Amino acid sequence: MPDSTAVLPQEEQRPELLHHFSDAEQQRDASSLGMWLFLATEVMFFGGLFCAYLVYRRWYFADFGAASKSIDATLGATNTAVLICSSLTVVLAVWAAQTARRTLLLLMLAITMLLGCAFLGIKAVEYKDKFEEHHVPGASFSFEHVPIPGHPDQYANPRHAQIFFSLYFVMTGLHALHMIIGLGIFSWLLSMAWKGRFTPEYHTPVEIGGLYWHFVDIVWIYLFPLLYLIDRHP
Amino acid sequence: MSMDIAIPQPVERENYLNKKYGVWSWLLTTDHKRIALLYLLSITFFFFIGGFFALLIRLELLTPAGDLVQADTYNKLFTMHGMVMVFFFLIPSIPAVLGNFLVPMMIGAKDLAFPRVNLLSWYLYVIGGVLMLHCMLTGGVDTGWTFYAPYSTNFTNTKIVEAGLAIFIAGFSSILTGLNFVVTIHRMRAPGMTWSRLPLFIWAHYATSIIQLLGTPVVAVTIVLVAAERALHLGIFDPKLGGDPLLFQHLFWFYSHPAVYIMILPSMGVVTEIIACFSRKRIFGYSFIAFSSIAIAVFGFLVWAHHMFVAGMSVYAALVFSLLSYAVAVPSAIKVFNWTATLYKGSIHYDAPMLYAFGFLGLFTIGGLTGLFLSALGINVHVTDTYFVVAHFHYIMVGGAVMGYLGGMHFWWPKISGRLYPEGWARLAALIVFIGFNLTFFPQFLLGYMGMPRRYYDYSHMPEFQVLNVLSTAGATVLGVGYLLPMVYFLWSMRYGKPAPDNPWNAAGLEWMTASPPTTFNFEEEPVVTWEAYNYEELDSPDKDAPRSQEVPVAR
Amino acid sequence: MYFGIWAALLIFTFVTYKAAFIELGRFNAAVALGIATLKATLVALFFMHVWHAGEKLTKVVVISALFFLLLLLGLTMTDYATRLWS
Repeated sequence: MPDSTAVLPQEEQRPELLHHFSDAEQQRDASSLGMWLFLATEVMFFGGLFCAYLVYRRWYFADFGAASKSIDATLGATNTAVLICSSLTVVLAVWAAQTARRTLLLLMLAITMLLGCAFLGIKAVEYKDKFEEHHVPGASFSFEHVPIPGHPDQYANPRHAQIFFSLYFVMTGLHALHMIIGLGIFSWLLSMAWKGRFTPEYHTPVEIGGLYWHFVDIVWIYLFPLLYLIDRHP
Repeated sequence: MSMDIAIPQPVERENYLNKKYGVWSWLLTTDHKRIALLYLLSITFFFFIGGFFALLIRLELLTPAGDLVQADTYNKLFTMHGMVMVFFFLIPSIPAVLGNFLVPMMIGAKDLAFPRVNLLSWYLYVIGGVLMLHCMLTGGVDTGWTFYAPYSTNFTNTKIVEAGLAIFIAGFSSILTGLNFVVTIHRMRAPGMTWSRLPLFIWAHYATSIIQLLGTPVVAVTIVLVAAERALHLGIFDPKLGGDPLLFQHLFWFYSHPAVYIMILPSMGVVTEIIACFSRKRIFGYSFIAFSSIAIAVFGFLVWAHHMFVAGMSVYAALVFSLLSYAVAVPSAIKVFNWTATLYKGSIHYDAPMLYAFGFLGLFTIGGLTGLFLSALGINVHVTDTYFVVAHFHYIMVGGAVMGYLGGMHFWWPKISGRLYPEGWARLAALIVFIGFNLTFFPQFLLGYMGMPRRYYDYSHMPEFQVLNVLSTAGATVLGVGYLLPMVYFLWSMRYGKPAPDNPWNAAGLEWMTASPPTTFNFEEEPVVTWEAYNYEELDSPDKDAPRSQEVPVAR
Repeated sequence: MYFGIWAALLIFTFVTYKAAFIELGRFNAAVALGIATLKATLVALFFMHVWHAGEKLTKVVVISALFFLLLLLGLTMTDYATRLWS
């Protein structure tokens, strides 16, 4: 009985072609569809949190405004800019892979990772600030005598503010976790690129890694205004 | 290749079972067929664990007094029964076993799109299962499988976080299986296998996969929130801190309602295949069944709050959800009509798979119709949280999904194992299951309607309910026997069963054109499909020696 | 072309940041979300190559994900928005 695992001549030149696919294009299309479907699941994963956020923002708008005002919008905006720049470097990395520019590819992947680390660094600073101000939900939470924006004579309800901070930490924490996973993925891409594994014919991992990174960027694009800019007028 | 029952050679051909031996060749396999069998072992194990809890529940309910176990223990029993059965048996069952085995073969592919992800799915399931086992052995959970807040977040002392983590991990197994199926069905169909030539089993699994992909993440993040709330007292679901317990229910049921369609759609796919084969007819209304599968998947996401009608939600929203719940019954009804029309003037064969399909038809219809009762707001107020609801969903889950699963296991057993199961015993088992099932659950409709609440271990203030409870427990015992029988004779057949021909049922479908059991890569050469699905007329035509349009090179 | 999109994204971020400090009442939220959606759309269409996607299927997946997200948010809000009626 013929050995169906025999390697055909053309497969030797393309070791990345997995045997159950009939050609490279099918494999590429399958990988791409797989990543898009995974991103769809991620939309729903974050979606549950956005739903909770929507419910409570409507209920406790004033208290949410006060809580939102206490987080640093400048740092948030800076982080948004950092991620936008990293999205640019990602898309340039994909282009570099498509056009066999190995050095540019390596450079872009590395800068992306640096920007990702910068993002996490700024986040860490923000978290530290919140910790020092006792705005981390839990036993030591305290949000007394914080005026509601536009109504300096009224104070925010600390319990409702705690809900804001709970959502803030869970949503940005989950986002940061996805960033860290993204950094892991990109370090793997960097090592593969260093070994010269990507060619114009085969650079699918860079493309789908890029898709993941852009998605994480998009989540932040929504988190920034929703968490930082609820009610900023004096 | 002749369609007659041929006697296979006595020397065993190489197939996916004997290609390599050894534990590691199974634990590190990427062959979808082996992974299907790994799942078969695991889910059968959990089925019996869940069944064991059910047995204890029914034993307690034999008498009105709470005399077998304590109240807290009883709470744990029905919780663990539900969690194990839902997350570790029903949700994986058909997709992970029959789906994994058959989807690539039915579309003419060598494997799923991502075989390593498939193996990862199984490992995630096992890790979740082991965690759940550990949780159960070290105290379990007592919140009900629905782990409503604020009891689950604030008041219970049981191991919510561990159980939640187990379900979270098993949920990812489900998501990855769904992802694999969608990509496979889109990208790996053989030449000529157009969407309208796909077996309806594939359409059913495609619809199921959509639900798995889009619904499971929401319950996953809900579990994260519950764990966070338990650990940090966040207040998201705690009314004393400004939270809303109903938000938990919204997020939970957004997944858990579509989840019940994950459990029933594959079963419907199985039943479609069986009815076509054993009526020797093309399915009536192919496109109706195909599109109604997708419709069920989509509409299923629109109705979740019908689990919350009496929980304190807005009555105006309840009206909307009630209307939508009526709408979701329509695609299911369309299927029942089409199956019935297929039977009409068909040449019916009463083999064991067909007996299970008949059982499905009747029991799923009853279960589905009682769902409509529950969708009506007025009736819902009366029967919510009574045994009426319990009977409703068991008619669908057990009378529907499990019957479909058993029917499918019998139908494809010759293909999976290369052996024939003993038909006489199988028919007897089907009958026992049917009788046992009805004896167990029909009295529960009556009990619920008369007012017996669910999740009560002691009904001594309503002693008149004892007779029906005793009937129900007796039925459960019969049902248990009915479930044990196939275990026994399937195992027996693996050693002593008659070797199966490639197509013992003379059924349509690419999977029947492989050997029994198939080789590792299913097809020697990629098949080219030029015929429509369910071409039973051609298969049964008296002109058996005429050149067939179905010549497919089979690996021998 | 990528640089153009990048510049646009940075400008929109700046606009969103500044607009938050202007008193627009109820429209603050609409403006913020509107700009966010515009930015997300640019990233999806051009950085994730959905605009030039070879297959319709990519667009179907994206639209489906958004559809089900809006379903979750919208139908949940039918409860919360109408609880206090009558």
